[in-house]
Amino acid sequence: MSPRPAHRPPPDRIAKTTCYMCACRCGIDVHLRDGPDGRPRVAYIEGNRDHPVNRGVLCAKGASGLLHHSSPARLRTPLLRTGPRGAGEFRPISWDEALGIAVSWLRPLRESAPEKLAFFTGRDQSQSLTGFWAQAFGTPNWAAHGGFCSVNMAAAGIYTLGGAFWEFGSPDWERTRLLLLWGVAEDHDSNPIKIGLGRLKARGARVVGINPVRTGYNALADDWLGITPGTDGLLALSLVHCLLEAGRIDLPFLARFTNAPCLVDEDPASPERGLLLRDGEGRPLVIDRRTGKPAPWDGEGVEPDLAATWRHRGTTHRPVLHHLAARYLDPAYAPEAVADRTGIPAPRIRALAAELAAAAFDGPPVVLDRPWTDFRGHRHATMPGRPVAMHAMRGISAHSNGFQTCRAIHLLQALLGAVETPGAMRFEPPYPKPATAHPRPHADARPGEPLAGPPLGFPQGPEDLCIDAAGRPLRIDGAYGWEAPLAAHGMLQSVIANAHAGDPYPIDTLILYMANMAWNSAMDTARTMEMLADTDPATGEYRIPRIICSDAFSSEIVAFSDLVLPDTTYLERHDCISLLDRPISEPDSAADAIRWPVVEPDRDVRPFQSVLIDLGARLGLPGFVAADGAPRYADYADYIVNHQRRPGIGPLAGWRTGPHGLAHGRGEPNAAQLEEYRRAGGFWQAHVPPEAAFFKPWNRAYQDWAVAMGFFDAPQPYLLQLWCEPLRRFQLAAEGVGPRQPPEHLRDRLRAAMDPLPVWWPPFGDEDAGGFPLHAVTQRPMAHYHSWHSHNPWLRQIHGSNLLYLPRAVWDAGGFRDGDWARVSSPTGTIEVPVALMEALNPRTVWTWNAIGKRRGAWALHPDAPEGVTGFLLNHLIPDRLPPDAAGRRLPNADPVTGQAAWFDLRVRLERLPAPPPAARPALPPQASPVPPPPPLLAERPGP
Amino acid sequence: MTTLPPPSPVKLGLVIDLDTCVGCQACVTACKAWNTGGTGAPLADLDPWGASPEGAFLNRVHTFERLPEDGGPPQIVHFPRSCLHCEDAPCVTVCPTGASWKRAADGIVLVDEDRCMGCGLCAWACPYGAREMDPVAGVMKKCTLCADRLDDPALEPADRIPACVRTCPTGARHFGDLGDPESPVSQLVAERGGRDLLPDLGTRPVNKYLPPRTRDRAPGAPALDPVATDARGFLGWLDRALSTLPRLG
Repeated sequence: MSPRPAHRPPPDRIAKTTCYMCACRCGIDVHLRDGPDGRPRVAYIEGNRDHPVNRGVLCAKGASGLLHHSSPARLRTPLLRTGPRGAGEFRPISWDEALGIAVSWLRPLRESAPEKLAFFTGRDQSQSLTGFWAQAFGTPNWAAHGGFCSVNMAAAGIYTLGGAFWEFGSPDWERTRLLLLWGVAEDHDSNPIKIGLGRLKARGARVVGINPVRTGYNALADDWLGITPGTDGLLALSLVHCLLEAGRIDLPFLARFTNAPCLVDEDPASPERGLLLRDGEGRPLVIDRRTGKPAPWDGEGVEPDLAATWRHRGTTHRPVLHHLAARYLDPAYAPEAVADRTGIPAPRIRALAAELAAAAFDGPPVVLDRPWTDFRGHRHATMPGRPVAMHAMRGISAHSNGFQTCRAIHLLQALLGAVETPGAMRFEPPYPKPATAHPRPHADARPGEPLAGPPLGFPQGPEDLCIDAAGRPLRIDGAYGWEAPLAAHGMLQSVIANAHAGDPYPIDTLILYMANMAWNSAMDTARTMEMLADTDPATGEYRIPRIICSDAFSSEIVAFSDLVLPDTTYLERHDCISLLDRPISEPDSAADAIRWPVVEPDRDVRPFQSVLIDLGARLGLPGFVAADGAPRYADYADYIVNHQRRPGIGPLAGWRTGPHGLAHGRGEPNAAQLEEYRRAGGFWQAHVPPEAAFFKPWNRAYQDWAVAMGFFDAPQPYLLQLWCEPLRRFQLAAEGVGPRQPPEHLRDRLRAAMDPLPVWWPPFGDEDAGGFPLHAVTQRPMAHYHSWHSHNPWLRQIHGSNLLYLPRAVWDAGGFRDGDWARVSSPTGTIEVPVALMEALNPRTVWTWNAIGKRRGAWALHPDAPEGVTGFLLNHLIPDRLPPDAAGRRLPNADPVTGQAAWFDLRVRLERLPAPPPAARPALPPQASPVPPPPPLLAERPGP
Repeated sequence: MTTLPPPSPVKLGLVIDLDTCVGCQACVTACKAWNTGGTGAPLADLDPWGASPEGAFLNRVHTFERLPEDGGPPQIVHFPRSCLHCEDAPCVTVCPTGASWKRAADGIVLVDEDRCMGCGLCAWACPYGAREMDPVAGVMKKCTLCADRLDDPALEPADRIPACVRTCPTGARHFGDLGDPESPVSQLVAERGGRDLLPDLGTRPVNKYLPPRTRDRAPGAPALDPVATDARGFLGWLDRALSTLPRLG
């Protein structure tokens, strides 16, 4: 017998590009075969071995990309709504007609009131372009989806450490001995975390998972702490308490690299009380150990003293470390005091603190023999490590206390000296970058004019808020108002409700790109759909007059759009994974990447980025037209190559041109740049010099390298902001200081929330959740990304329906049995869903997979598909605003600092249904599908 | 009935680390994607966008909860399941047509689809549930260890491994010669106590599973000794500690 099977024919070509089956940006090798018509077909997709993100591996989603590309759910042509909003009735139109309609809607807005355009994007990777476009249009009402995703992580990281866990931080996988995962389910940074966990396992490093649910990474964890949702900040501060109590903190690190030695202005009469004392040039002061006298923090040779106070004009000013000790040695933070609330027994908290200290300080030293010089000019013979790494994500982020919780984790890292030291959390270029080096937000809309600067940024105090003279927000989403002062990613979750209410003003046109706001991305989904379709009885017009969406697939939002601009898939277009946006850097390298059309579209679709550039030219927006008014760029590829954000700095850093040929980082545009990227495997990488690779915020070699590469224009060393002054400036305003004063009803809330030191408060709603004893959260299945993959036959055979998982105590108390259903109620709504028992679960928590449930009629799924029948969302239970206060005001269901949507604050109660109903409730009527029905079977060999 | 070849010295197979498998399903779809484009019939899916999608997979991952006997925290185990390429493969000997066969050179168990009449006896005979009938082609499908990759000169040497092993993000899947006690996979099995599945059945599987390491046993770092119970005490300790700190200048 012959040793069959035979070899199969090799692919005609392998095209190296970047995956987009989730946000990770892995490199992929796309195997192409020419079909009978001569057109290449996608035959197989595997990981690119050379790629810095995934090193050859690929997840379940990535390998299923070929069915994404060939999906019957793909839109085929531009569509104009013909039926009522939400029905899904359209007529196909040409691109000329579609773009003509869009221009006819947008041009009058730009000329009269640009803020009447709201432009929000979902999980796109072109925010550098979309933000630039919004700024040129002149609307402040632009943001991506960070407001409901992870802005708490991003903002807390940048304000505290000058860089965030996601997505500019990484554990030092090579050297760490102990990794703490806080609220990281199966998601970001997916393949890098999986690769890293495998590496830790291979060399016996320990992983501790802190999560209410033991799925995903937590299942691999050596230790699992099944914490009660929303209490991670309390746990982190209790660990801080234990470390301070034992004096197990890294004093040299704190003295040199954090603001722990900076003196706090304690003059009760000073308008700057609680801010850091500064010299005449505005530099925060420390006491220099060499002289015992105040000196600027960054003075040459200064050796900051952690303990010394400064007596000046009758006031004793203490360093930040004194305040830390006073705050966190309070018995309220003792493990015994927080055990009940967190669900973690006190001995386990104490054991974890001991393990942290032992790993950081007691093991065989992790020391790199790499001399380096810090920003004060001190020469260090080695790089001493602290092999304790942490990573955190949605379980921290999606709570109304998430910003300060994330700060608490960062404080814990800093006390251990475990930031940017070998074995600890490391930054990925272009980070580290302090909050002060970011732009401030701009919201000064003027007819016919661009904004003076980018819409989003990092406020340093009340003067940077985007509010009018009466204190009302200038943005439709309320970001940078008093309800969400540091809303650095905007608040996409508020846009539809606010636009519907005309609060703070009515808008005219809403553009959504890759944002499924009529379904899994909305809080209170059913109500959101009502708002999208609601009309003003006086005029009969829709309250949100015009909605344009761009999406590649017939997602739920399509049916609610007036004009649909069909996007390509990731295999059919150019993209840049840019250092101006969210690149693919690693701690040891700066790296960016491209996507490029490895196959041509077989239908009348266009890449949204090119459409946006076209619209920009048709509208004559600055930056999108040449001096003679002609379009400046032919398409997105042309923009990627030729756009310059600053002289010499463009979307891609690799293969630019310099005086002596090719240049990287800074350089003039190079017409052959994309060809160079394709030749190099789709990405570019510049390695950080070894002496610059750690201690980056303080390392002269790194700072100089970063300037040479163009990340910033001058070295900008900084200290970790344990004491966060921007917060204190808002707190001062709440205390009555300064010209910009918050509304009275927010004073107390701001005073508490804008604490310059990390602080914990119960998730909003917890205090009066008596009737709703359980926490309810979602987790991310590894084989899906949000709502993206239910139209993928392989992935829906892995997760085609979801169950609500109940802990043992709830299961037994409710008399539940296999196959049962439950009615789940929150103060906002009720759903009826199938349930199952899970043991590895916090006893006060129920959970389900995120976004598996689908609206019937969407995504080309048959109306009887389980996603639409038994699949469900928790979103129906989650309010977008908190219950009314005494005066009837309803604040956002969000973090009071950043406006981050507080998805995971949800509280529910359960009752067993006597008999399983035929379908989950609410059972919404099916949408008409804008795409034809799918075929009955799939038995084709991919490619010819 | 089909006869097995004499035992081969080379025994190619997988070693799957249940300590490291994160249940991500990457191996499942990489396998399906590679093998649906292979030399046999594509791995079909019925009702792919409908109420009951059902397709042929050569590899599936199941997830179980485990309650430790000592009352420790419950654990979750992800368990990838595919053909174990048994040395005494009942799926081969049961085959009436000779379609199910074991490769003499390396022990890979394969199906010759041209000879398979879709009777399904082999799937009944396999105690591991590792075979699936293709719902459209009507032929039996199973893991081939990506035999069409292993010695394909068109592939880079590093790629001459099963697609599931190449893609596994946590490195939980290992491929090699389990007939050679010195091979890295055999060493791994020896180090980690690799196990056969259902050894009592006498099928002598080639694939091995590495059991999960012990969980939820904190290493018992020495308890922290307090240096202070309040801020004043802490500041006293701080002064003493700083006085012993070396100066930079």
